[in-house]
Amino acid sequence: LTAILAVSGGVASAQAPTAGDAAKGKDIYMKYTCYGCHGFSGQNGPGARLVPMMMNQANFTNYVRNPRTRQMPSYSTKVLTDAQLGDVYAYIKTLPNAPAAKDIPALEQFKEK
Amino acid sequence: MVKKSDRRRLKMAKSQKTGVGRRGFLRSAAAGAAALTATTPLAHAQQPNAAPAAETAPAPSETQIARDAGNVRPPIAARTITRAGSDLMVQTLKDLGVEYVAANPGSSFEGLQESFINYGHPPNQMPEFITALHEESAVTMAHGYGKAVGKPMLALLHGTIGIQHAAMSIYQAYYDRVPVLMIAGNDPDFIAAHTAHDMAGMVRSYTKWDAEPKTLDEALTAIQRAYNEAITPPMAPTLVVLSSDLQKENAPNAAIPTYKPPQFSTIDSSHARDIAKGLLSAQNPRIAVGRLRTPEGVKHAVELSELVGACTSTTATNGPMSFPQRHPLCGPGADANYDYTLGLETPGAQVSITGPSLSQVASTRDTVNIGFGGISGGGAGGRGGRGGRGGAPANTGTRIDADAEASLPLIIDQVKQQMTSDQKSRIQDRTAKNARANHEAHVTALTQAVESKRAGWNGSPISTARIYSELWPLIMNEDWCLASPSNFSGGHNAQLWDHNKPYSYLGGQGAGGMGYGAPACVGAALAAKSRNRMVINVQTDGDLNYAPGVLWTAVHHKLPMLTVMHNNRAWHQEYMFIQYMAGVRGRGGERAHIGSTLREPHIDYAKMAAGYGMASEGPITDPTKLSAALKRGVASVKRGEPYMIDVITQPR
Repeated sequence: LTAILAVSGGVASAQAPTAGDAAKGKDIYMKYTCYGCHGFSGQNGPGARLVPMMMNQANFTNYVRNPRTRQMPSYSTKVLTDAQLGDVYAYIKTLPNAPAAKDIPALEQFKEK
Repeated sequence: MVKKSDRRRLKMAKSQKTGVGRRGFLRSAAAGAAALTATTPLAHAQQPNAAPAAETAPAPSETQIARDAGNVRPPIAARTITRAGSDLMVQTLKDLGVEYVAANPGSSFEGLQESFINYGHPPNQMPEFITALHEESAVTMAHGYGKAVGKPMLALLHGTIGIQHAAMSIYQAYYDRVPVLMIAGNDPDFIAAHTAHDMAGMVRSYTKWDAEPKTLDEALTAIQRAYNEAITPPMAPTLVVLSSDLQKENAPNAAIPTYKPPQFSTIDSSHARDIAKGLLSAQNPRIAVGRLRTPEGVKHAVELSELVGACTSTTATNGPMSFPQRHPLCGPGADANYDYTLGLETPGAQVSITGPSLSQVASTRDTVNIGFGGISGGGAGGRGGRGGRGGAPANTGTRIDADAEASLPLIIDQVKQQMTSDQKSRIQDRTAKNARANHEAHVTALTQAVESKRAGWNGSPISTARIYSELWPLIMNEDWCLASPSNFSGGHNAQLWDHNKPYSYLGGQGAGGMGYGAPACVGAALAAKSRNRMVINVQTDGDLNYAPGVLWTAVHHKLPMLTVMHNNRAWHQEYMFIQYMAGVRGRGGERAHIGSTLREPHIDYAKMAAGYGMASEGPITDPTKLSAALKRGVASVKRGEPYMIDVITQPR
């Protein structure tokens, strides 16, 4: 995995990704139904958790182009440009992480058994 | 469904038009056949190169016009019935302990319906008539009830059209191996389109047994046998077609045949001895429990597990009638190297006791055209998976074709007979070790689950995990039953809730058919009402829209059912499929919503429920308002009033 990330990061880094526009990214996230598998929160549903975002933008872009799972289709540059994916990346970075379980009484109740 | 007034109009119209009843017509049919062939428009239409029938169809007669206008009088009663055949049919059902009959009205069973509501002291009890708004809902109610209780209730179906409305539900119950008793009316003297020479034929591929008796005696026997066939493994829906003549027959001297309960196949005594010996001599035995028939089977499984100190697996988070999930012996135990495994309705390493598979029934039914996919693909040891329908890996040990539930008392007796004091002492030690290990495993699993459930906790739309998490403290001390499938809603109950009763979770749809959740919950709520339980329905929105009228049934009969909408405004599974398909074809997902979402306008489920008379609230989009709404909902249900909360949720 590290090797793949390094290679993909290297390829993408040559394109010097620019900071995306989160507002535009939200529009794309909704329009292209990323939430279908990742939730409106970026962390619910059968897809991988996107929040907190653990990839850099280049790796994120590369992943969307070449998902390492058969559950996710690839999105080519014909469908979404690198700039658009940069916008999506920027939007995902704005999504809040969930509070810790210890701070959620409704979940803490389960631990008391 | 035909209103009685329509029936009268049609009957009179037919009488005026022909001047002879159907039977009279049949008697003279042979003589008149030649003339008919020569003169009727139908015969004309069958000639080669004939003009289309529409062009030669006669203009409506005065009688037909009168019928269409409703300008007819009701028929005059010809006789007085002192003891109706349908009274005996209802008494037969009473004797069998059938609690409920669900139906929307149909003229082909008007004799029966009148008996259900008026016969007996008090009338309309055992069975109680439950008003359904769709035959599909009536059968799915019976499906849910059957899973909650382990015995059938009755669904009453109108001839041809009612059966076809019910067909999908019958298919699901069959696939789910659930006992459902069905009666269809047949009135050959009324509307031709509502009668058939072989009424049951249209659902024979996915019913276990059917009959169309010709006499009242045969009819009563057929009802008894249909009940027995339904509850005998493999359990499945059965259908008796009862003609209106038999229902209306005056039968002052008829008697109900003596009922003979079914025989359940059991293992023989030598098998019981060997299994008991295997469990007692093993250092680390294991019992794998699948879906048993009734709560009694679950009790026996617990008794055996405790007797031998065997750690036990369960399917209680997949469906009903399995081992209690939080029983101290439920889990992997202290040592996962088992030297003896007994399977009960599920594969076991040494011995697996499993009842007959549906494929064995299917081989005697008309299944040529339907196939049943996994059902017929079972093979040796292939009853695994939920409900035991093929596809499971072959069992490496001995498989005994017998009913596990009926066999358990024999094994328990043998264990008690064979157990030595040394073994007893060793079993006590093993029980304590297994209980400790299982508790630790449970705590670990719960900690991991809690960590995953916090995802999107404060987000809007509301996470489905939050629904299950906040609902749990409100019901954990109640006698609850989650009767809706949770497979499309994250399945959070499996990790967070305690499935300790045979009916804690009733599992999936059976065959993945939509329109299941709400009616299955209503059926479970029928069972719950007389047993002081509460039914939880986490209802997916796409599923509800198939036959939402069942909400009215819940209100009308004051059923203890809390519905929490998992409203993601889509058939989300299909939404993801389309999105994926568009993605791999390089077309993006921009239009994936077309045909797979429920938007523009959004459906207001609280208003929908209110329209059916159900107390409701929502849509709730603020997660901080969910808990209070759930409290109001549970309080309402505890007062005996069903309640709906519309929650706008994350997709899954």
